[in-house]
Amino acid sequence: MSAEILAFLVLATATVAGGVVTLWSRYVVHSAFGLMLSLLGVAGFYVLLGSDFLAVTQVVVYVGGVVVLYLFGVMLTPPDREERSIRRIAVAGIFAVAALVVLLKAVFGMEGRWYGVDPDRGPASGGAVIREVGNAFMDKEAYLLPFEIASVLLLVALVGAVFIARREGGRGS
Amino acid sequence: MSPVPLHWYLAVAFLLFVLGLLVVLSRRNLIYILMGVELILNASSLVFVAFGSYRGAKGLLDGTVIGTFIVVLAAAEATIALAIVLNIFGTFHSVRPEDPNLLKE
Repeated sequence: MSAEILAFLVLATATVAGGVVTLWSRYVVHSAFGLMLSLLGVAGFYVLLGSDFLAVTQVVVYVGGVVVLYLFGVMLTPPDREERSIRRIAVAGIFAVAALVVLLKAVFGMEGRWYGVDPDRGPASGGAVIREVGNAFMDKEAYLLPFEIASVLLLVALVGAVFIARREGGRGS
Repeated sequence: MSPVPLHWYLAVAFLLFVLGLLVVLSRRNLIYILMGVELILNASSLVFVAFGSYRGAKGLLDGTVIGTFIVVLAAAEATIALAIVLNIFGTFHSVRPEDPNLLKE
């Protein structure tokens, strides 16, 4: 068993286990930490796939930002013990299993190359170094317009979050 | 020594997507539901990067850029959604999705 396959299996276990903890835990805090484990696993996958920049971004923004934000949300709302409703889980499970079967069938039923991708050639190595990513963001022919739209989106989210989370009336009302 | 086939990455991403879908469908707390949305977004990002990486260096670049946009989108979404959830909690003293029902009356 090569080191790459071993790393893949470890990361896959961590990612899926984190998702399962998020799904099954009865405490919101445990769910948030399960989410964190899962996001770290995905960051590991990005490293395996050769995208170091995205892996670092994932750890900094998701694990350092979004999960901490969720933990704040957990702290500011009451601990809500969930009573599990079997009917609800069963209905959701039917949908989910159907979706999983359709997706897996679509992938594993495929033979040879598809959409120009050879599934057995292995991930690219050393493709997306930071210089190239930056050039792609600043290239008018590539991703300049989405990049500017994303920056406007972040500005809107910043102002919107301050506006929404602000107490009505100000002055301690 | 054979590399990991693309199918394995896709299978993990699908599992992650389905787990997120289950969280969204079966939980009754808005914060859980937002966590499920994060799982789904991560699964989609993983599919983009995996496909891009198996296409070669140019594809990996595209996958990385799209993945970065998804991270930006998820950060903006989490901020706004949590602000709205906190506002709902301040108004209704509940974080259940069925409790804000003023328009029903």
